[in-house]
Amino acid sequence: MPDMNPKKTPMPAQAPDVRNKNFSEVALGYTREMAVGEAKRCLNCKNKPCVSACPVRIDIPAFIERVAHEDFEGAYEVLSRSTSLPAVCGRVCPQESQCEGKCVRGIKGEPVGIGRLERFVADWHRAQKSAPAAKPAPNGHKVAVIGAGPSGLTCAGDLAKLGYAVTIFEALHLPGGVLSYGIPEFRLPKQIVQEEIDGLRALGVEIECNTVVGKTLTVDELFEMGYEALFIGSGAGLPRFMGIPGESLKGVYSANEYLTRINLMKAYLPGSATPIKHSRRVAVVGGGNVAMDAARCAKRLGAEEVFIVYRRGLEEMPARREEVEHAQEEGIIFHTLCNPVEVLGDENGNVCGMRCVRMTLGEPDESGRRRPIVQEGSDFVLDVDTMIMSIGTSPNPLIRSTTPGLEADRRGCLIVRDESGLTTREGVYAGGDAVTGAATVILAMGAGKNAAQAIDEYIHQKG
Amino acid sequence: MTGMYEILSKEALNPTVVRITVQAPRIARKAEPGQFVILRAKEQSERIPLTVADYDREAGSVTVIYQIVGAGTMELNTLRAGDCLHDLVGPLGTPTHTEALKKVCIVGGGVGCAIAYPVAKKLHGLGCTVHSVVGFRNRDLVILEDEFRSVSDELRLMTDDGSYGEKGLVTNALEKLIEAGNQYDQVIAIGPLIMMKFVCKVTEKYGIKTIVSMNPIMIDGTGMCGGCRLTVGGETKFACVDGPDFDGHLVDFDEAMARGAMYRDFEQHAREEACRLFQKEAEPNA
Repeated sequence: MPDMNPKKTPMPAQAPDVRNKNFSEVALGYTREMAVGEAKRCLNCKNKPCVSACPVRIDIPAFIERVAHEDFEGAYEVLSRSTSLPAVCGRVCPQESQCEGKCVRGIKGEPVGIGRLERFVADWHRAQKSAPAAKPAPNGHKVAVIGAGPSGLTCAGDLAKLGYAVTIFEALHLPGGVLSYGIPEFRLPKQIVQEEIDGLRALGVEIECNTVVGKTLTVDELFEMGYEALFIGSGAGLPRFMGIPGESLKGVYSANEYLTRINLMKAYLPGSATPIKHSRRVAVVGGGNVAMDAARCAKRLGAEEVFIVYRRGLEEMPARREEVEHAQEEGIIFHTLCNPVEVLGDENGNVCGMRCVRMTLGEPDESGRRRPIVQEGSDFVLDVDTMIMSIGTSPNPLIRSTTPGLEADRRGCLIVRDESGLTTREGVYAGGDAVTGAATVILAMGAGKNAAQAIDEYIHQKG
Repeated sequence: MTGMYEILSKEALNPTVVRITVQAPRIARKAEPGQFVILRAKEQSERIPLTVADYDREAGSVTVIYQIVGAGTMELNTLRAGDCLHDLVGPLGTPTHTEALKKVCIVGGGVGCAIAYPVAKKLHGLGCTVHSVVGFRNRDLVILEDEFRSVSDELRLMTDDGSYGEKGLVTNALEKLIEAGNQYDQVIAIGPLIMMKFVCKVTEKYGIKTIVSMNPIMIDGTGMCGGCRLTVGGETKFACVDGPDFDGHLVDFDEAMARGAMYRDFEQHAREEACRLFQKEAEPNA
């Protein structure tokens, strides 16, 4: 009989007023008892709506059933059939709009804590220090993957399991993509990213850092080097700015820059070689996960007050629900229905304020969300010394501008024919933010997974 | 990955400017004048962008010249020939346009001459008439004189105090050359922001197109962080992918100077710390 408690087993976490002063992980993870108890809430329903809402189609009821029977290794095996990075997904997936959003238990209460269970199983497995999976027998084919972020790592992992010799080319000095430079330590410890990458290396995946495809090597040169197919997972690119006056003042950051300094370059650690501004009052413009990450980092670096400034309402925010709640608990102040129109600077060119207007919501726009409209005469000045722009990115032009036959759409996103990720060039597949524009880790992983399958079929057909 | 980027040679050009040549076959195969690399000396080091000063495609090596100004370059300077850089990536940025130029004046200031030289060399090799004006604070700081002489049809060497070459600023020499009737298709100015700003003021007067090489603060160098943004002709540009070369008459130099000073206090502090640290390391041998 399933446990019919309408509530999810709560996630133990660091207290808000403690954690907003450190970079250690916020959510502490289920204990064994909590995990088994939560797993027993699963109805193991026949039509598995949760699976259909998972971008990498994990057999969710199957892994949860094993957790309920305390067969954690078995649960891990089910997970690893579908995902190469379960410890990451369990932490950063927007479960409320995917698996948990479709959970039958959610109709009359809270859904099963699928993400928390996934995390538990992955962490349990990591703690066992079990021998790495055996290297599959090589099948004699070479594939190149561009970008060591979520889509590239997933694609590489799936291909390596099939026996392909896979090399990932990464532009930065560390692999991981957004998992390394973007998502902060307190949400995704870098040790976990490292271990997941070590797991791929154990499967035989080679990673060459410091290699910018489009500059150091071109797509055509990769084919000349003997790679039979390519996957492009080069990620999001140039940060967007609003085009308002004052955006070049000292103290205006893109979220990418702010987070890269903190996460990749470890600017939050004392003695780091990379500087970061230790601000007094910070405004983060935007309502996505990246905005929440930037705001929570600013708080942890010691800012007295940190504001999220978002032009729509709380309901319309694209961030994961848990991130919004965590940010609120940590004392981040939300100015919703509010939009900046000018950044103000002092005589030395430093940010000293942000002029904003209030908004109201009108009819839904093409995104289906209600369009924000400026309230005339509602100007006010927010007293801040730092402004972080987190309003999205436009795709990086380096690969498409150096690859003949590789077409992009009006926004600069690579064009793919279908779910396989096949681009307009034979043998070249793509996925993740390079195709969709800024999206989520799990969607990128789903794209990497689909492409791996398509690449396998393509190489077999080619004979 | 360590062991890939061996320092093949290291040579001090003046008391604070050092030239290193590094094994990097893939970068050497592609590098063009005007492009840059990003290096990290050690595992925890800062990413330092440096413009390519030379390259040898056959030997598979690239040369960069750095000035020891802060903690990062001090740390870099602890490495010797035979040591390896921890990371080196490139070539980044867009190469300097050298096509269809018949007569060009290259203006280099201080360590900026390190970047100006490969451009002069390339243009000279393409058969373009090259006039070079290079400026330094004093005799001790002069670098690459022979190199410039070998690729220039005319060379004006200026020092602020007159201790070597002619006394005066590069802008004085440039203006004289223009007034003497030299018709330049383009002026290419590479040096401190303030020098490039004033070179542009001179050339604007004569209506001569002027290209400047910008070196703002940057992190990834591939168009991801946006830290290197500049205002050029009223538009936001990213030096790492749109540049580093820009039309000097459109660049907002004052803004670039302000942004370049963003971390001055941190840098000052880090430099003092580094001085103390390296002094301590040096003491036992003293």
